[in-house]
Amino acid sequence: MKGSALPIRTPEGIVFSQTLAGPVLRFFAWLIDGLCVMAIMSFITGLIRIFELVSPGIANAVVTVTYFVVSLGFSIFLEWAWRGQTVGKKLLGLRVIDAEGMRLQFDQIVTRNLLRVLDALPIAYVVGGLSCWLSRKCQRLGDLAGNTIVVRVPVVSEPDLDQLLAGKFNSLRQHGHLAARLRQRVTPSEAAIALQALMRRDDFDAVARLELFEQLASHFQTKVAFPQEAIDGVSPEQYIRNVVDVVYRTPTSH
Amino acid sequence: MIIDLQRFIRSERPAWNELESVLNRLEADPNLKMSLDEVQRFHDLYERATASLAKLTTFSSEPATRRYLESLVARAYGEVHETREKRSRLQPLKWLRQTLPQTFRRQIRAFHLAVAITLVGCAFGTTATLVDPESRQVTMPFGHDRMKPSQRVAEEEGRTTDRLSGNRTAFSSQLMTHNTQVSIFTLALGATWGIGTILILFYNGISMGAIATDYIADGQVRFLLGWLLPHGTIEIPAILVAGQAGLVFARGLIGWGDRTPLGSRLRAVSRDLVTLSIGFTLMLIWAGFIEAFLSQYHEPVVPYEAKIAFGALELIALVLYLGRSGKA
Repeated sequence: MKGSALPIRTPEGIVFSQTLAGPVLRFFAWLIDGLCVMAIMSFITGLIRIFELVSPGIANAVVTVTYFVVSLGFSIFLEWAWRGQTVGKKLLGLRVIDAEGMRLQFDQIVTRNLLRVLDALPIAYVVGGLSCWLSRKCQRLGDLAGNTIVVRVPVVSEPDLDQLLAGKFNSLRQHGHLAARLRQRVTPSEAAIALQALMRRDDFDAVARLELFEQLASHFQTKVAFPQEAIDGVSPEQYIRNVVDVVYRTPTSH
Repeated sequence: MIIDLQRFIRSERPAWNELESVLNRLEADPNLKMSLDEVQRFHDLYERATASLAKLTTFSSEPATRRYLESLVARAYGEVHETREKRSRLQPLKWLRQTLPQTFRRQIRAFHLAVAITLVGCAFGTTATLVDPESRQVTMPFGHDRMKPSQRVAEEEGRTTDRLSGNRTAFSSQLMTHNTQVSIFTLALGATWGIGTILILFYNGISMGAIATDYIADGQVRFLLGWLLPHGTIEIPAILVAGQAGLVFARGLIGWGDRTPLGSRLRAVSRDLVTLSIGFTLMLIWAGFIEAFLSQYHEPVVPYEAKIAFGALELIALVLYLGRSGKA
């Protein structure tokens, strides 16, 4: 595996990247799917055993054909119905996509799943795993044949800046020239760290949250020294909120 | 880096939300077809999202919003820029009448090559059996090397009980699944630049040549034809179609005289591979059924002439179907 991200450049000149899934994660997804196939088969076998009373031969035949169809068709059906995901892939946040970022086609899904017979050799997907390891896009043989890749799809939700910044009095804005100096001195990465800390504030436990915002507040206080009345009674978290408000919003928009 | 992020997000958010809901609809239903107006709107929303992403990337101010937009653009990109025809809903009759035979004929050179490799194997098996009778231990599968053909014929024709009684359906299903697995493996070995596919076709040819020579040399031609033709006229072509698919795959992989990138070459043949795979699977289901329910009956239960005539009719029907069906 040469890299963990695959950049794709659109004709509009935009570059976005897909995070490639590694062989170990994919192996665990395959294990989960295997368990699902076993569960489906044990359920179906239980139902079919009733027919053994009528004809054991027909019951055996149905079990043989059903196992073949379910083991081969499980991934094909789900990847088609769920746009490149099976139960295992869904649980682990993986998705099969076209290697060029195009829409995944049914033919690609069938091809990559038919090639499992080779990837699974000699045992537990050793060939597929080696192929993943050696290939630039972490592709097993089935992915190479189907021109597909498997990527990680973390749930990305829209950030809610309204709730983050609006409706609070910002004491730093009372000192326009100092606020302008703050905007000048804060680097983009520092601003991004402050914003991220605010966005993820509910993910921290109380002590860690307090320590983090104290450290950030003392760091930003070294950038520009605001008068005491501007920071009196302002908690470290509110201070960072005020800093982000000053940095990210131009004075005219306030 | 200073942009009014809040105002920017507030003004663009409705468009992003709309794009996200369209994408959710598309992803929930693989067969969804949009009207022209919806497609135009979708394209506008995509362009707007890419423009927003470009703006945010330039100002590099906010990673979370950028990631969110990147994920939207990544999801929409494939839908907007896809040029391949979207597969319509399954139409089994049209697929059987047109798609399969047309695909078979389009890739006929690979089929001819599969036949040639099998025939070379047959010649090798025939020669080996004639020159070195001991070679039967390695050239004949399924226990055919353990007794002379005349002994087997006497045993089969003198049988008073049905050895498959009650298990015929199970035997049929085992034949279908086993042969289909072997055929899928033959196709998949195209990944070895076709070497694996060629070896399997060659070995099949050796077995067929060796067994046929053994029966002919022992004077059991009627039994051989009566036993093999009913299922073999479909099963053997099915394996050849699997070999054809494997060789098509290998050609896409190697790309003789084709300067297009590997991904594009494989993309070009993937639909044919799937069509041929479904084709040989259907043929093997039929062959497995016939092998269990007709081929295993011999004289005096079923006259050999009737079985041979049935096999010949199947072969003619198959040749006519693959050769003529779906022609304009």
